[in-house]
Amino acid sequence: MAQNDTDQDANLARSAAADPAGPAAIEVSRLVKVYKKTRAVDDVSFRIARGSITGLLGGNGAGKTTTIAMIMGLVLPTSGHVEVLGHPMPQQSAEVLGRMNFESPYVDMPMRLTVRQNLTIFGRLYAVENLTERIARLACDLDLNEFIDRPNGKLSAGQKTRVALAKALINQPELLLLDEPTASLDPDTADWVREHLQTYRKAHDATILLASHNMLEVERLCDRVIILKRGRIEDDDSPDGIMARYNRATLEEVFLDVARGRVRETEP
Amino acid sequence: MSGLVLHRGISAHRIGAMILRYWYLLLSSWPRLLELLYWPTMQVITWGFLQTYVAQNANFFARAGGTLIGAVILWDILFRGQLGFSISFLEEMWARNLGNLMMSPLKPIEFLLALMVMSLIRLAVGVIPMTLLALFLFHFNFYGLGLPLIAFFCNLIFTSWSVGIFVSGLVLRHGLGAESIVWTLMFALMPLACVYYPVKVLPHWLQHVSWTLPPTYVFEGMRSLLIDQVFRTDLMVSALLINAVLLLASFAAFLALLNSARRHGSLLGGGE
Repeated sequence: MAQNDTDQDANLARSAAADPAGPAAIEVSRLVKVYKKTRAVDDVSFRIARGSITGLLGGNGAGKTTTIAMIMGLVLPTSGHVEVLGHPMPQQSAEVLGRMNFESPYVDMPMRLTVRQNLTIFGRLYAVENLTERIARLACDLDLNEFIDRPNGKLSAGQKTRVALAKALINQPELLLLDEPTASLDPDTADWVREHLQTYRKAHDATILLASHNMLEVERLCDRVIILKRGRIEDDDSPDGIMARYNRATLEEVFLDVARGRVRETEP
Repeated sequence: MSGLVLHRGISAHRIGAMILRYWYLLLSSWPRLLELLYWPTMQVITWGFLQTYVAQNANFFARAGGTLIGAVILWDILFRGQLGFSISFLEEMWARNLGNLMMSPLKPIEFLLALMVMSLIRLAVGVIPMTLLALFLFHFNFYGLGLPLIAFFCNLIFTSWSVGIFVSGLVLRHGLGAESIVWTLMFALMPLACVYYPVKVLPHWLQHVSWTLPPTYVFEGMRSLLIDQVFRTDLMVSALLINAVLLLASFAAFLALLNSARRHGSLLGGGE
Protein backbone atom coordinates (compact mmCIF):
# COMPACT_ATOMS: atom_id res chain seq x y z
CA MET A 1 0.00 0.00 0.00
CA ALA A 2 2.84 2.34 0.99
CA GLN A 3 4.62 1.44 -2.26
CA ASN A 4 1.43 2.19 -4.23
CA ASP A 5 1.17 5.62 -2.56
CA THR A 6 4.78 6.39 -3.45
CA ASP A 7 4.16 5.32 -7.06
CA GLN A 8 1.05 7.47 -7.25
CA ASP A 9 2.83 10.48 -5.75
CA ALA A 10 5.70 10.00 -8.16
CA ASN A 11 3.33 9.76 -11.13
CA LEU A 12 1.43 12.86 -10.04
CA ALA A 13 4.68 14.75 -9.62
CA ARG A 14 5.74 13.49 -13.04
CA SER A 15 2.66 14.75 -14.79
CA ALA A 16 3.09 18.17 -13.17
CA ALA A 17 6.77 18.43 -14.08
CA ALA A 18 6.62 16.87 -17.53
CA ASP A 19 3.48 18.67 -18.64
CA PRO A 20 3.79 22.07 -17.00
CA ALA A 21 0.96 24.56 -17.03
CA GLY A 22 1.35 28.17 -18.15
CA PRO A 23 2.95 29.67 -21.25
CA ALA A 24 5.78 27.69 -22.80
CA ALA A 25 9.28 29.07 -23.32
CA ILE A 26 10.17 26.12 -25.54
CA GLU A 27 7.87 23.73 -27.31
CA VAL A 28 9.38 20.85 -29.22
CA SER A 29 7.23 18.37 -31.08
CA ARG A 30 8.22 15.15 -32.83
CA LEU A 31 11.75 16.40 -33.41
CA VAL A 32 13.97 14.17 -35.55
CA LYS A 33 17.53 14.74 -36.72
CA VAL A 34 19.22 12.23 -39.00
CA TYR A 35 22.89 12.57 -39.97
CA LYS A 36 23.42 10.22 -42.90
CA LYS A 37 22.37 6.91 -41.29
CA THR A 38 22.51 8.02 -37.65
CA ARG A 39 19.34 9.16 -35.88
CA ALA A 40 20.89 11.68 -33.46
CA VAL A 41 17.46 12.79 -32.22
CA ASP A 42 14.52 10.46 -32.64
CA ASP A 43 10.96 11.71 -32.21
CA VAL A 44 11.52 13.96 -29.21
CA SER A 45 8.67 16.09 -27.83
CA PHE A 46 8.58 18.28 -24.74
CA ARG A 47 7.28 21.58 -23.48
CA ILE A 48 9.20 23.80 -21.08
CA ALA A 49 7.36 26.31 -18.93
CA ARG A 50 8.58 29.86 -18.61
CA GLY A 51 10.57 30.50 -15.45
CA SER A 52 11.66 26.88 -15.00
CA ILE A 53 15.07 25.24 -14.98
CA THR A 54 15.15 22.00 -16.97
CA GLY A 55 18.05 19.61 -17.29
CA LEU A 56 18.76 17.50 -20.35
CA LEU A 57 20.57 14.43 -19.13
CA GLY A 58 22.21 11.71 -21.13
CA GLY A 59 25.49 10.05 -21.97
CA ASN A 60 27.74 10.93 -24.86
CA GLY A 61 25.84 10.78 -28.15
CA ALA A 62 22.45 10.83 -26.42
CA GLY A 63 21.35 13.82 -28.52
CA LYS A 64 21.54 16.63 -25.94
CA THR A 65 23.72 19.02 -27.93
CA THR A 66 21.85 18.36 -31.19
CA THR A 67 18.52 19.01 -29.45
CA ILE A 68 19.79 22.30 -28.00
CA ALA A 69 21.32 23.27 -31.36
CA MET A 70 17.95 22.69 -33.07
CA ILE A 71 16.21 24.83 -30.45
CA MET A 72 18.74 27.60 -31.15
CA GLY A 73 18.34 27.23 -34.91
CA LEU A 74 22.01 26.29 -35.44
CA VAL A 75 20.95 22.88 -36.77
CA LEU A 76 17.88 22.29 -38.94
CA PRO A 77 15.70 19.34 -37.91
CA THR A 78 15.06 16.55 -40.40
CA SER A 79 11.44 16.71 -39.28
CA GLY A 80 9.43 18.08 -36.39
CA HIS A 81 8.73 21.50 -35.03
CA VAL A 82 10.43 23.86 -32.57
CA GLU A 83 8.82 26.93 -31.05
CA VAL A 84 10.78 29.35 -28.86
CA LEU A 85 9.05 32.10 -26.85
CA GLY A 86 6.00 31.62 -29.06
CA HIS A 87 7.86 31.82 -32.40
CA PRO A 88 8.64 28.94 -34.78
CA MET A 89 12.36 28.32 -35.23
CA PRO A 90 14.29 28.98 -37.36
CA GLN A 91 11.66 30.76 -39.50
CA GLN A 92 11.10 33.56 -36.98
CA SER A 93 14.50 33.46 -35.29
CA ALA A 94 14.90 37.23 -35.76
CA GLU A 95 12.00 37.72 -33.32
CA VAL A 96 13.61 35.77 -30.50
CA LEU A 97 17.41 35.72 -30.85
CA GLY A 98 17.70 39.03 -29.00
CA ARG A 99 15.64 37.63 -26.10
CA MET A 100 17.71 34.49 -25.59
CA ASN A 101 21.38 33.60 -25.21
CA PHE A 102 23.58 30.56 -24.78
CA GLU A 103 26.86 29.14 -23.58
CA SER A 104 28.49 26.07 -25.03
CA PRO A 105 31.88 24.34 -24.98
CA TYR A 106 31.60 24.17 -28.79
CA VAL A 107 32.22 27.89 -29.15
CA ASP A 108 34.82 30.33 -27.84
CA MET A 109 35.11 34.06 -27.71
CA PRO A 110 37.87 35.81 -29.71
CA MET A 111 41.13 35.11 -27.89
CA ARG A 112 43.06 38.26 -28.75
CA LEU A 113 40.29 40.59 -27.64
CA THR A 114 40.11 41.61 -24.00
CA VAL A 115 37.15 40.60 -21.86
CA ARG A 116 35.85 44.17 -21.96
CA GLN A 117 36.17 44.34 -25.77
CA ASN A 118 34.36 41.02 -26.19
CA LEU A 119 31.52 42.08 -23.90
CA THR A 120 31.29 45.44 -25.68
CA ILE A 121 30.92 43.74 -29.06
CA PHE A 122 28.32 41.24 -27.91
CA GLY A 123 26.50 43.98 -26.00
CA ARG A 124 26.30 45.99 -29.23
CA LEU A 125 25.16 42.96 -31.23
CA TYR A 126 22.35 42.49 -28.72
CA ALA A 127 21.66 46.27 -28.70
CA VAL A 128 22.04 46.44 -24.92
CA GLU A 129 21.16 49.85 -23.54
CA ASN A 130 23.55 51.52 -21.08
CA LEU A 131 26.18 48.99 -22.09
CA THR A 132 29.01 50.43 -20.00
CA GLU A 133 26.90 50.13 -16.86
CA ARG A 134 25.75 46.64 -17.83
CA ILE A 135 29.34 45.45 -18.30
CA ALA A 136 30.32 47.02 -14.97
CA ARG A 137 27.38 45.22 -13.29
CA LEU A 138 28.33 41.86 -14.81
CA ALA A 139 31.99 42.37 -13.96
CA CYS A 140 30.96 42.95 -10.37
CA ASP A 141 28.43 40.06 -10.21
CA LEU A 142 30.74 37.54 -11.88
CA ASP A 143 33.94 38.82 -10.34
CA LEU A 144 35.61 39.76 -13.65
CA ASN A 145 37.24 43.04 -12.62
CA GLU A 146 40.62 41.52 -11.91
CA PHE A 147 41.06 40.43 -15.54
CA ILE A 148 38.56 42.52 -17.51
CA ASP A 149 41.30 44.20 -19.58
CA ARG A 150 43.21 40.97 -20.22
CA PRO A 151 42.89 39.10 -23.57
CA ASN A 152 40.46 36.19 -23.41
CA GLY A 153 43.23 33.81 -24.54
CA LYS A 154 45.26 34.55 -21.40
CA LEU A 155 42.55 33.47 -18.95
CA SER A 156 42.28 30.23 -17.00
CA ALA A 157 39.46 27.77 -17.80
CA GLY A 158 37.46 29.01 -14.80
CA GLN A 159 37.88 32.66 -15.76
CA LYS A 160 36.87 31.88 -19.37
CA THR A 161 33.72 30.16 -18.16
CA ARG A 162 32.79 33.22 -16.11
CA VAL A 163 33.37 35.44 -19.15
CA ALA A 164 31.25 33.12 -21.32
CA LEU A 165 28.54 33.32 -18.69
CA ALA A 166 28.81 37.13 -18.70
CA LYS A 167 28.37 37.07 -22.48
CA ALA A 168 25.36 34.77 -22.09
CA LEU A 169 23.80 37.18 -19.60
CA ILE A 170 24.74 40.43 -21.36
CA ASN A 171 21.24 40.94 -22.82
CA GLN A 172 19.43 39.72 -19.67
CA PRO A 173 17.88 36.87 -21.66
CA GLU A 174 14.44 35.50 -20.96
CA LEU A 175 15.71 32.12 -22.14
CA LEU A 176 19.16 30.76 -21.42
CA LEU A 177 20.49 27.61 -23.11
CA LEU A 178 23.52 26.11 -21.47
CA ASP A 179 25.52 23.17 -22.76
CA GLU A 180 27.77 21.73 -20.04
CA PRO A 181 28.05 25.09 -18.22
CA THR A 182 30.44 23.79 -15.56
CA ALA A 183 32.49 21.32 -17.60
CA SER A 184 36.23 21.47 -16.76
CA LEU A 185 35.68 23.68 -13.74
CA ASP A 186 36.96 22.99 -10.25
CA PRO A 187 34.20 22.19 -7.72
CA ASP A 188 34.39 25.62 -6.10
CA THR A 189 33.99 27.56 -9.37
CA ALA A 190 31.31 25.13 -10.57
CA ASP A 191 29.36 25.66 -7.37
CA TRP A 192 29.75 29.39 -7.71
CA VAL A 193 28.41 29.29 -11.31
CA ARG A 194 25.38 27.22 -10.24
CA GLU A 195 24.62 29.66 -7.47
CA HIS A 196 24.78 32.55 -9.91
CA LEU A 197 22.41 30.81 -12.34
CA GLN A 198 19.89 30.25 -9.57
CA THR A 199 20.10 33.88 -8.52
CA TYR A 200 19.66 35.03 -12.12
CA ARG A 201 16.63 32.80 -12.67
CA LYS A 202 14.95 34.10 -9.52
CA ALA A 203 15.75 37.75 -10.24
CA HIS A 204 14.57 37.70 -13.88
CA ASP A 205 12.05 34.86 -13.89
CA ALA A 206 14.19 33.43 -16.68
CA THR A 207 13.86 30.01 -18.26
CA ILE A 208 16.97 27.87 -18.29
CA LEU A 209 17.57 24.70 -20.28
CA LEU A 210 20.86 23.02 -19.54
CA ALA A 211 22.55 19.93 -20.86
CA SER A 212 24.90 18.32 -18.39
CA HIS A 213 26.75 15.20 -17.37
CA ASN A 214 26.96 16.49 -13.83
CA MET A 215 24.17 14.78 -11.90
CA LEU A 216 24.74 16.78 -8.74
CA GLU A 217 24.36 19.96 -10.75
CA VAL A 218 21.10 18.81 -12.33
CA GLU A 219 19.76 17.58 -8.99
CA ARG A 220 20.54 20.88 -7.33
CA LEU A 221 19.43 23.28 -10.09
CA CYS A 222 16.61 21.68 -12.01
CA ASP A 223 12.85 21.57 -11.43
CA ARG A 224 12.63 18.96 -14.13
CA VAL A 225 14.89 16.44 -15.81
CA ILE A 226 14.58 15.00 -19.30
CA ILE A 227 16.73 11.92 -19.76
CA LEU A 228 17.81 11.17 -23.32
CA LYS A 229 19.20 7.90 -24.53
CA ARG A 230 20.17 7.19 -28.13
CA GLY A 231 18.21 10.25 -29.27
CA ARG A 232 14.95 9.34 -27.51
CA ILE A 233 13.37 10.51 -24.27
CA GLU A 234 13.94 7.77 -21.72
CA ASP A 235 12.32 9.60 -18.82
CA ASP A 236 10.89 13.01 -18.02
CA ASP A 237 10.02 14.14 -14.53
CA SER A 238 11.12 16.15 -11.50
CA PRO A 239 14.45 14.93 -10.03
CA ASP A 240 12.58 13.55 -6.98
CA GLY A 241 9.99 11.83 -9.15
CA ILE A 242 12.65 10.12 -11.25
CA MET A 243 14.67 9.01 -8.23
CA ALA A 244 11.51 7.63 -6.58
CA ARG A 245 10.56 5.70 -9.70
CA TYR A 246 13.98 4.12 -10.00
CA ASN A 247 14.08 3.69 -6.23
CA ARG A 248 17.45 5.43 -6.13
CA ALA A 249 18.85 8.05 -3.76
CA THR A 250 20.74 10.07 -6.34
CA LEU A 251 20.38 10.99 -10.03
CA GLU A 252 23.86 9.56 -10.55
CA GLU A 253 22.51 6.11 -9.69
CA VAL A 254 19.52 6.67 -11.97
CA PHE A 255 21.86 7.73 -14.76
CA LEU A 256 23.86 4.52 -14.38
CA ASP A 257 20.65 2.47 -14.41
CA VAL A 258 19.55 4.17 -17.63
CA ALA A 259 22.98 3.93 -19.24
CA ARG A 260 23.28 0.24 -18.40
CA GLY A 261 19.72 -0.58 -19.37
CA ARG A 262 18.46 -1.49 -15.89
CA VAL A 263 14.68 -1.27 -15.62
CA ARG A 264 13.04 1.32 -13.38
CA GLU A 265 10.91 0.22 -10.43
CA THR A 266 7.65 1.66 -11.76
CA GLU A 267 6.63 2.46 -15.30
CA PRO A 268 5.56 6.07 -15.82
CA MET B 1 17.03 48.01 -27.08
CA SER B 2 17.66 50.53 -29.81
CA GLY B 3 19.85 51.16 -32.80
CA LEU B 4 19.85 52.68 -36.23
CA VAL B 5 17.82 50.43 -38.49
CA LEU B 6 18.66 50.42 -42.18
CA HIS B 7 16.54 48.90 -44.93
CA ARG B 8 14.26 45.96 -43.91
CA GLY B 9 15.56 45.52 -40.40
CA ILE B 10 19.27 45.77 -41.28
CA SER B 11 20.93 47.37 -38.28
CA ALA B 12 23.89 49.74 -38.66
CA HIS B 13 24.48 49.17 -34.94
CA ARG B 14 25.19 45.47 -35.41
CA ILE B 15 27.30 46.08 -38.53
CA GLY B 16 29.27 48.64 -36.51
CA ALA B 17 29.75 46.08 -33.71
CA MET B 18 31.29 43.61 -36.15
CA ILE B 19 33.58 46.25 -37.68
CA LEU B 20 34.68 47.18 -34.16
CA ARG B 21 35.42 43.50 -33.48
CA TYR B 22 37.80 43.28 -36.47
CA TRP B 23 39.28 46.70 -35.72
CA TYR B 24 40.16 45.59 -32.18
CA LEU B 25 41.74 42.47 -33.65
CA LEU B 26 43.86 44.41 -36.16
CA LEU B 27 45.09 46.78 -33.47
CA SER B 28 45.92 43.93 -31.11
CA SER B 29 48.18 42.12 -33.57
CA TRP B 30 51.16 43.75 -35.33
CA PRO B 31 51.85 40.61 -37.45
CA ARG B 32 48.37 41.04 -38.96
CA LEU B 33 49.11 44.67 -39.83
CA LEU B 34 52.53 43.79 -41.20
CA GLU B 35 51.04 41.06 -43.37
CA LEU B 36 48.71 43.65 -44.95
CA LEU B 37 51.69 45.77 -46.02
CA TYR B 38 54.36 43.18 -46.78
CA TRP B 39 53.14 41.40 -49.90
CA PRO B 40 51.81 44.46 -51.81
CA THR B 41 55.15 46.20 -51.16
CA MET B 42 57.11 43.23 -52.50
CA GLN B 43 54.83 43.07 -55.54
CA VAL B 44 55.20 46.69 -56.51
CA ILE B 45 58.98 46.67 -56.07
CA THR B 46 59.48 43.52 -58.17
CA TRP B 47 57.12 44.52 -60.96
CA GLY B 48 58.26 48.14 -60.89
CA PHE B 49 61.85 47.14 -61.64
CA LEU B 50 60.66 44.73 -64.32
CA GLN B 51 58.65 47.54 -65.92
CA THR B 52 61.70 49.82 -65.80
CA TYR B 53 63.87 47.16 -67.45
CA VAL B 54 61.34 46.34 -70.17
CA ALA B 55 60.67 50.03 -70.89
CA GLN B 56 64.40 50.61 -71.41
CA ASN B 57 64.56 47.83 -73.99
CA ALA B 58 61.24 47.91 -75.84
CA ASN B 59 59.68 50.84 -77.67
CA PHE B 60 56.12 49.66 -77.07
CA PHE B 61 56.51 49.56 -73.30
CA ALA B 62 58.36 52.84 -73.28
CA ARG B 63 55.27 54.32 -74.96
CA ALA B 64 52.83 52.49 -72.69
CA GLY B 65 54.53 53.42 -69.47
CA GLY B 66 52.86 52.06 -66.37
CA THR B 67 50.79 49.26 -67.90
CA LEU B 68 52.63 46.57 -65.93
CA ILE B 69 52.80 48.41 -62.64
CA GLY B 70 49.21 49.67 -63.09
CA ALA B 71 48.09 46.09 -63.70
CA VAL B 72 49.93 44.94 -60.56
CA ILE B 73 48.17 47.54 -58.43
CA LEU B 74 44.74 46.83 -59.92
CA TRP B 75 45.29 43.07 -59.53
CA ASP B 76 46.19 43.67 -55.90
CA ILE B 77 42.96 45.58 -55.38
CA LEU B 78 41.07 42.57 -56.72
CA PHE B 79 43.07 39.97 -54.79
CA ARG B 80 43.47 41.92 -51.53
CA GLY B 81 39.81 42.93 -51.61
CA GLN B 82 38.81 39.27 -51.62
CA LEU B 83 41.44 38.29 -49.04
CA GLY B 84 40.39 41.18 -46.77
CA PHE B 85 36.83 39.89 -46.90
CA SER B 86 37.66 36.21 -46.51
CA ILE B 87 40.32 36.55 -43.81
CA SER B 88 37.94 38.50 -41.59
CA PHE B 89 35.49 35.64 -42.07
CA LEU B 90 38.19 33.05 -41.35
CA GLU B 91 39.06 34.86 -38.11
CA GLU B 92 35.63 33.77 -36.83
CA MET B 93 36.31 30.17 -37.81
CA TRP B 94 39.79 30.20 -36.24
CA ALA B 95 38.39 31.77 -33.05
CA ARG B 96 35.46 29.28 -32.95
CA ASN B 97 33.23 32.35 -32.61
CA LEU B 98 30.83 31.63 -35.47
CA GLY B 99 28.29 29.87 -33.21
CA ASN B 100 28.15 32.93 -30.96
CA LEU B 101 27.47 35.16 -33.97
CA MET B 102 24.91 32.85 -35.56
CA MET B 103 23.02 32.67 -32.27
CA SER B 104 23.05 36.45 -31.86
CA PRO B 105 20.59 38.82 -33.59
CA LEU B 106 23.25 39.47 -36.28
CA LYS B 107 21.72 38.72 -39.70
CA PRO B 108 23.73 37.09 -42.52
CA ILE B 109 23.41 40.23 -44.66
CA GLU B 110 24.74 42.38 -41.79
CA PHE B 111 27.64 39.99 -41.32
CA LEU B 112 28.47 40.21 -45.04
CA LEU B 113 28.18 44.02 -45.06
CA ALA B 114 30.61 44.20 -42.13
CA LEU B 115 33.04 41.93 -44.01
CA MET B 116 32.76 44.23 -47.06
CA VAL B 117 33.64 47.28 -44.97
CA MET B 118 36.57 45.39 -43.45
CA SER B 119 37.82 44.41 -46.89
CA LEU B 120 37.94 48.14 -47.77
CA ILE B 121 39.79 48.98 -44.55
CA ARG B 122 42.33 46.17 -45.02
CA LEU B 123 42.71 47.12 -48.67
CA ALA B 124 43.43 50.73 -47.75
CA VAL B 125 46.11 49.67 -45.27
CA GLY B 126 47.83 47.51 -47.91
CA VAL B 127 47.31 49.34 -51.19
CA ILE B 128 47.67 53.05 -50.34
CA PRO B 129 51.34 52.61 -49.25
CA MET B 130 51.81 50.47 -52.39
CA THR B 131 50.64 53.31 -54.66
CA LEU B 132 52.86 55.83 -52.85
CA LEU B 133 55.83 53.50 -53.29
CA ALA B 134 55.07 53.23 -57.02
CA LEU B 135 55.02 57.03 -57.23
CA PHE B 136 58.29 57.63 -55.40
CA LEU B 137 60.30 54.70 -56.76
CA PHE B 138 59.01 54.40 -60.33
CA HIS B 139 57.28 57.76 -60.95
CA PHE B 140 54.00 56.00 -61.69
CA ASN B 141 51.14 58.12 -60.37
CA PHE B 142 48.33 55.63 -59.88
CA TYR B 143 45.95 58.45 -58.92
CA GLY B 144 46.84 60.11 -62.26
CA LEU B 145 44.39 57.65 -63.82
CA GLY B 146 41.82 60.17 -62.65
CA LEU B 147 38.08 59.54 -62.54
CA PRO B 148 38.29 56.24 -64.48
CA LEU B 149 40.13 54.90 -61.44
CA ILE B 150 36.84 55.05 -59.50
CA ALA B 151 35.16 52.86 -62.15
CA PHE B 152 38.10 50.43 -62.16
CA PHE B 153 38.15 50.28 -58.36
CA CYS B 154 34.40 49.76 -57.95
CA ASN B 155 34.26 46.97 -60.52
CA LEU B 156 37.26 45.16 -59.02
CA ILE B 157 36.00 45.45 -55.46
CA PHE B 158 32.54 44.17 -56.45
CA THR B 159 34.13 41.10 -58.06
CA SER B 160 36.36 40.55 -55.02
CA TRP B 161 33.30 40.63 -52.74
CA SER B 162 31.43 38.14 -54.94
CA VAL B 163 34.35 35.70 -54.77
CA GLY B 164 34.77 36.41 -51.04
CA ILE B 165 31.10 35.74 -50.29
CA PHE B 166 31.14 32.51 -52.29
CA VAL B 167 34.32 31.08 -50.71
CA SER B 168 33.14 32.09 -47.23
CA GLY B 169 30.00 30.06 -47.89
CA LEU B 170 32.15 27.09 -48.91
CA VAL B 171 34.21 27.34 -45.71
CA LEU B 172 31.02 27.69 -43.66
CA ARG B 173 29.66 24.50 -45.19
CA HIS B 174 32.85 22.42 -45.37
CA GLY B 175 34.82 23.78 -42.42
CA LEU B 176 38.46 24.82 -42.32
CA GLY B 177 39.33 21.92 -44.62
CA ALA B 178 38.21 24.25 -47.43
CA GLU B 179 40.40 27.12 -46.20
CA SER B 180 42.94 26.79 -49.03
CA ILE B 181 40.25 27.85 -51.52
CA VAL B 182 40.32 31.28 -49.90
CA TRP B 183 43.96 31.74 -50.89
CA THR B 184 43.88 30.13 -54.32
CA LEU B 185 40.54 30.66 -56.07
CA MET B 186 41.34 34.16 -57.30
CA PHE B 187 44.50 32.86 -59.03
CA ALA B 188 42.29 30.65 -61.20
CA LEU B 189 40.85 33.89 -62.62
CA MET B 190 44.23 35.49 -63.24
CA PRO B 191 45.10 34.01 -66.67
CA LEU B 192 41.53 34.45 -67.90
CA ALA B 193 41.14 38.02 -66.64
CA CYS B 194 44.10 39.05 -68.84
CA VAL B 195 45.81 41.04 -66.12
CA TYR B 196 49.13 41.57 -67.94
CA TYR B 197 48.20 41.01 -71.61
CA PRO B 198 45.31 41.90 -73.91
CA VAL B 199 42.39 39.54 -74.47
CA LYS B 200 43.32 39.11 -78.15
CA VAL B 201 46.37 37.07 -77.02
CA LEU B 202 44.04 34.27 -75.90
CA PRO B 203 42.78 31.58 -78.31
CA HIS B 204 39.50 32.70 -79.88
CA TRP B 205 37.31 30.26 -77.94
CA LEU B 206 38.90 31.26 -74.63
CA GLN B 207 38.23 34.93 -75.30
CA HIS B 208 34.49 34.23 -74.88
CA VAL B 209 35.19 32.81 -71.42
CA SER B 210 37.41 35.75 -70.58
CA TRP B 211 34.68 38.27 -71.41
CA THR B 212 32.37 36.69 -68.82
CA LEU B 213 34.69 37.99 -66.06
CA PRO B 214 34.32 41.63 -64.96
CA PRO B 215 38.08 42.10 -64.23
CA THR B 216 38.81 41.46 -67.94
CA TYR B 217 36.88 44.65 -68.78
CA VAL B 218 38.84 46.59 -66.15
CA PHE B 219 42.29 45.47 -67.32
CA GLU B 220 41.36 46.08 -70.96
CA GLY B 221 40.02 49.48 -69.92
CA MET B 222 43.24 50.31 -68.11
CA ARG B 223 45.37 49.41 -71.14
CA SER B 224 43.10 51.44 -73.38
CA LEU B 225 43.51 54.42 -71.05
CA LEU B 226 47.29 54.16 -70.65
CA ILE B 227 48.19 53.21 -74.23
CA ASP B 228 45.53 54.98 -76.32
CA GLN B 229 44.43 57.59 -73.74
CA VAL B 230 40.79 56.50 -74.27
CA PHE B 231 38.41 55.74 -71.43
CA ARG B 232 36.03 52.94 -72.52
CA THR B 233 32.72 53.61 -70.72
CA ASP B 234 31.13 50.66 -72.54
CA LEU B 235 33.60 48.28 -70.90
CA MET B 236 32.88 49.65 -67.43
CA VAL B 237 29.10 49.43 -67.87
CA SER B 238 29.37 45.82 -69.07
CA ALA B 239 31.56 44.96 -66.07
CA LEU B 240 29.09 46.61 -63.72
CA LEU B 241 26.18 44.59 -65.13
CA ILE B 242 28.06 41.29 -64.81
CA ASN B 243 29.14 42.28 -61.30
CA ALA B 244 25.52 42.89 -60.28
CA VAL B 245 24.61 39.37 -61.42
CA LEU B 246 27.69 37.88 -59.69
CA LEU B 247 26.94 39.64 -56.38
CA LEU B 248 23.35 38.42 -56.36
CA ALA B 249 24.43 34.89 -57.30
CA SER B 250 27.14 34.79 -54.63
CA PHE B 251 24.72 36.00 -51.95
CA ALA B 252 22.19 33.34 -52.98
CA ALA B 253 24.98 30.72 -52.91
CA PHE B 254 26.06 31.90 -49.43
CA LEU B 255 22.52 31.52 -48.08
CA ALA B 256 22.18 28.09 -49.68
CA LEU B 257 25.53 26.97 -48.20
CA LEU B 258 24.54 28.39 -44.79
CA ASN B 259 21.32 26.37 -44.90
CA SER B 260 23.26 23.30 -45.97
CA ALA B 261 25.66 23.87 -43.03
CA ARG B 262 22.64 24.02 -40.72
CA ARG B 263 21.28 20.78 -42.16
CA HIS B 264 24.64 19.01 -41.76
CA GLY B 265 25.40 20.45 -38.31
CA SER B 266 28.62 22.10 -39.57
CA LEU B 267 28.01 25.28 -37.55
CA LEU B 268 28.55 23.36 -34.31
CA GLY B 269 32.07 22.31 -35.23
CA GLY B 270 33.63 24.38 -37.95
CA GLY B 271 36.81 22.32 -37.71
CA GLU B 272 38.52 20.27 -40.33
